[in-house]
Amino acid sequence: MIHIAKRKEMPLPQALAIRLGAIVAALVACGVITAIATGLNPVDVYAAMVKGAFGTPRKVWILLQELAILLCVSLALTPAFRMRFWNLGGEGQILVGGLAAASCMIILGNRLPNALLIPLMFVSSACAGALWALLPALFKARWNTNETLFTLMMNYVATQLVAFFVIVWEVPKGSGNIGIINQSTEAGWLPQVGGYKYLLNILLVAILTVIMHIYLAYSKHGYEISVVGESPNTARYVGIKVEKVIVRTLLLSGAICGFAGLLLVGGTAHTITTTIAGGRGFTAVMVAWLAKFNPITMVASSLLLVFMSCGAGEISTAFGLNHSFGDILTGIILFFIIGCEFFITYRIVFSKKEGERDV
Amino acid sequence: MRMRDISKSFGQIQANSAVSLDIYRGEILALLGENGSGKTTLMNMLSGIYFPDSGEIEIDGEPVVIASPKDAFDKGIGMIHQHFKLVNVFTAAENIILGLEDEDAFDIAAACGRIRAICDSYGFDVDPDQKVYDMSVSQKQTVEIVKLLYRGADILILDEPTAVLTPQETDRLFAILRNMRDDGKAIVIITHKLREVLDISDRVAVLRKGAYVGAMATAETSPQEMTNMMVGHQVSLNIDRPAPVDPKERIRVSGVTVRNQEGVVKLDNVSFTARSGEILGIAGISGCGQKELLEAIAGLQPVEVGSIEYIHDNGRSEQLIGKDPLEIAALGVALSFVPEDRLGMGLVGNMDLTDNMMLRSFRQGRGIFTDRKGPRHLAEKVVEELEVSTDSISTPVRKLSGGNVQKVLVGREISSSPTVLLSAYAVRGLDVNSSYLIYDLINQQKERGVAVVYVGEDLDVLLEFCDRILVLCGGKVSGIVDGRGATKNEVGLMMTKLGGEEA
Amino acid sequence: MFDLVSFIPRAVAQGIPLLFGSTGEIITEKSGNLNLGIPGVMYVGAISGVIGSFMYEHSFADPTQMNAVLAVLIPLVCCLLGSLLMGLLYCFLTVTLRANQNVTGLAMTTFGVGFGNFFGGSLIKLTGAEVPSIALSATSRLFRTTLPFADSTGWFGKVFLSFGFLAYLAIIIALVAAFVLNRTRVGLHLRAVGEDPATADAAGIDITRYKYITTCLGCMIAGLGGLYYVMDYANGVWSNDAFGDRGWLAIALVIFTIWHPEVSIPASILFGGLYIIYLYIPTGTNLAVKELYKMLPYVVTIVVLVFSSLRNKRENQPPESLGLPYFREDR
Repeated sequence: MIHIAKRKEMPLPQALAIRLGAIVAALVACGVITAIATGLNPVDVYAAMVKGAFGTPRKVWILLQELAILLCVSLALTPAFRMRFWNLGGEGQILVGGLAAASCMIILGNRLPNALLIPLMFVSSACAGALWALLPALFKARWNTNETLFTLMMNYVATQLVAFFVIVWEVPKGSGNIGIINQSTEAGWLPQVGGYKYLLNILLVAILTVIMHIYLAYSKHGYEISVVGESPNTARYVGIKVEKVIVRTLLLSGAICGFAGLLLVGGTAHTITTTIAGGRGFTAVMVAWLAKFNPITMVASSLLLVFMSCGAGEISTAFGLNHSFGDILTGIILFFIIGCEFFITYRIVFSKKEGERDV
Repeated sequence: MRMRDISKSFGQIQANSAVSLDIYRGEILALLGENGSGKTTLMNMLSGIYFPDSGEIEIDGEPVVIASPKDAFDKGIGMIHQHFKLVNVFTAAENIILGLEDEDAFDIAAACGRIRAICDSYGFDVDPDQKVYDMSVSQKQTVEIVKLLYRGADILILDEPTAVLTPQETDRLFAILRNMRDDGKAIVIITHKLREVLDISDRVAVLRKGAYVGAMATAETSPQEMTNMMVGHQVSLNIDRPAPVDPKERIRVSGVTVRNQEGVVKLDNVSFTARSGEILGIAGISGCGQKELLEAIAGLQPVEVGSIEYIHDNGRSEQLIGKDPLEIAALGVALSFVPEDRLGMGLVGNMDLTDNMMLRSFRQGRGIFTDRKGPRHLAEKVVEELEVSTDSISTPVRKLSGGNVQKVLVGREISSSPTVLLSAYAVRGLDVNSSYLIYDLINQQKERGVAVVYVGEDLDVLLEFCDRILVLCGGKVSGIVDGRGATKNEVGLMMTKLGGEEA
Repeated sequence: MFDLVSFIPRAVAQGIPLLFGSTGEIITEKSGNLNLGIPGVMYVGAISGVIGSFMYEHSFADPTQMNAVLAVLIPLVCCLLGSLLMGLLYCFLTVTLRANQNVTGLAMTTFGVGFGNFFGGSLIKLTGAEVPSIALSATSRLFRTTLPFADSTGWFGKVFLSFGFLAYLAIIIALVAAFVLNRTRVGLHLRAVGEDPATADAAGIDITRYKYITTCLGCMIAGLGGLYYVMDYANGVWSNDAFGDRGWLAIALVIFTIWHPEVSIPASILFGGLYIIYLYIPTGTNLAVKELYKMLPYVVTIVVLVFSSLRNKRENQPPESLGLPYFREDR
């Protein structure tokens, strides 16, 4: 007779050990699956992944840049999640943010100096992202409309909006692509710091991480967000205006997503496509959840996922495998981590035996 | 049925330790104990909700394993929980047949027929097609009883069945229970009300702190003996009641009507005043508008018509209606509120003591950052002065026991030196010692000149503790009596005076 | 001129995958599980069917030699098996291990879409084709076999009879699901599990069993939607990412239909119509505007979502315990 009971608080080292164990088990499982599905030696595959992620300075830079963007989106979603508002609309908020930045570059690129244009891009992309998050927030606050699906649908509205403008601005006509914007003038391109192409993005996100941590843990706003998330009734009882907190937090969440869009368009890609967000809006949900919504821990969890995706890129070229193989491995690792939480919260009791045994 | 050496623990809490209990057919057994003494947990193990960590259960001499509610049904055990186990969007009939695996085809119409037959034979009034969310509490309870009878249960367990009933409904329930006993069914009724024990039971078993204390025939015992067994030592049942000092009008409520979200009138033209230095008790069957009344005063409940005024010491008055808690505080009205749902409304369960202390005060100070120093000192002070037992002030409050949670909440609420203290069911779920501590704290506030509004469920306590008692019935005020002169009978009648309407 | 006779069959064909998906998700949600992994499940269902039929079709030099029954059954069984495994995985994580349903669902979607595209890509490589897609035209022809008289009865045949058997199966499944939910003991128990698991548990209903069975069944039904898309709608052509966001639309449809599979039949067709209406709205040379028309299904979903949250009828609300894990001894 197997029986499940809730655990007392588990000490942190033990909880970490369980999570680490889950990752190791996941890697082993991935190895076995790799061997079966592709016939390759899993050790070679992992070696290739490590090489793909950290092999050359250039690859490390790309990894860090990807890490920065993913972390930025995760940070954006975190305040909303802390409030138990499931913002699955990161994708759309990134897209409209990127679209706003791109439109500034295209329309104003030849008329304004960069010193004016870039701040304007910052403002407009943050506003666009915030607007995209505002709509579901208003309805959630006023009528408790399901935000999970609302934000999800907003993603596709944003995709089509971008698709519309891509055709409006396409160069050359009929190509379905905008191409690199302002290739010759580099108007609206974020400046390079110290000669490194991606350093500015990385620095900006690093600062944002620290600010977000302080905001959530020590500010009055952060405290209000936690109270609303834990218990809206208690929040009302102490006079916190729940509706206002929801709207304010989502404006922040959307604005940071919009900012991520700016980093993508102005900082790295210098163009806009419907797929520029690349599923980060969803990946970030998992990054944030894995880190238990703690901004500092998120650096580690986003590193894990970015490593998987960069590594997958390498195996797809080295072994002629499909890039999607990385998604499969990521999925498996996530399943293990999600599953291992059970063993942190609960324990299994075999009641036939004398005493109890922890598993 | 026999239970042998049953033990069960939840985390650190030992809910039952080595309890042994016998239950006989054709007998009503009262299971008596304070809140938190493990009565419900013990019975939940009979009905398959929990599984004992150790111990054995025998029915008619044969050992049985009850691992799930289904096992319990198969053995003829049925339990009516304090929180009804009914699906709100289902009809009575759908709820009654829920979980049955009959051989014959699924046929609600036939089931309705059988339900009506059961109702006729016992005199229940149940409409099988009525949705549960449209029912009153006593109707829901009736559905629960019919559900057990429909399944042919012959061991019935009722968990505090009278908490939500009027005295009349209680009498009707007891008559039904006696009927069923005479049919040869075994009945266990969980309660902590001595009067009911004497009234209904044949035998009484007492639990204390999860352990079995003893059992005796009801006819051979006395309330004092039962109390001593329950509490474990001699207790005086007296609560202090200092005379009010210089009472002045503080809160004047006139003609207040409140509707809930579904548009049901919860308060109907309520008028009264609460005075400083006085405890105003609010009596009534649960769900008669007590919650709405307190929330309306606290600025948490929209009021349809009427006025709620706060009167300052200098005679100036402020209208509180239409203001939220912050705006009320901004008027200089120091209002504290100890709500009924402590972890759902008054505190945040996942936050530690310090963070809970700053719920009221976190806005203080300029700048965008919170100050945790003050709240930390307050938390330490509350823990020390109110003897809160906790590992540290950084323990999440949901890990504390009910009494300690309440101490934290009351401690915070009185720390702001209020002039009005609203409290709902302040001692619900607390053991005797904690209850008396709370009474003392409230009395201290009263002596400081605070206007206290105390919503309670135990009439005996209200009559000993409050200066005046306002009786609510179906959202209307059915009278205000002097706490010193009134009798229990009088108040009990007023609670049902406007009877016949839905509670 | 709006050509209704050609529009309706196309709307239906677009709607059928959504119908499978939403029926599957409705019964899943009725058990209290919010499965956001449905998009992934539909990918897995589709690719499993494709793999099965690819193996079978390629074991013949001449695909027309195939046994018709086997050619249909093999992809069907593979598809059901693939989606069943996904369902089991979801249940194991959320029911047995009580994991967060949203995160599990999203992880399953990542996994499922990756799974589909990986094996899709690998098969494409195996065929060595020039175009990045696999064509299983022989199998597809069997799936697309229409009812007799479809061609000879004019507009009637086109609108009602011109579909492959999976389309009719989708409608039958939706009707059966509606019947089971509302008219049988099993349906009653299932609804109780989703509304109030503690009550259902106290009534002796095996919560775990009900959640497992319905969620797995739901996944299998949704998986068929993926299979229909490849084998029937897309003429047996698999190309990566072609299935797109239909899985999410199916989840949105669940709210649109206020958890009624029978309502899902017309609603899916309506959504299918919205999905392709841009093809029928004359825009002249302005191709960009077409992109805006493609927003329609999503905008309509949002509007419906808002309206359904304004309505307060008790019966129209989501199952009360939707998204919450159940642990009997929680207190």
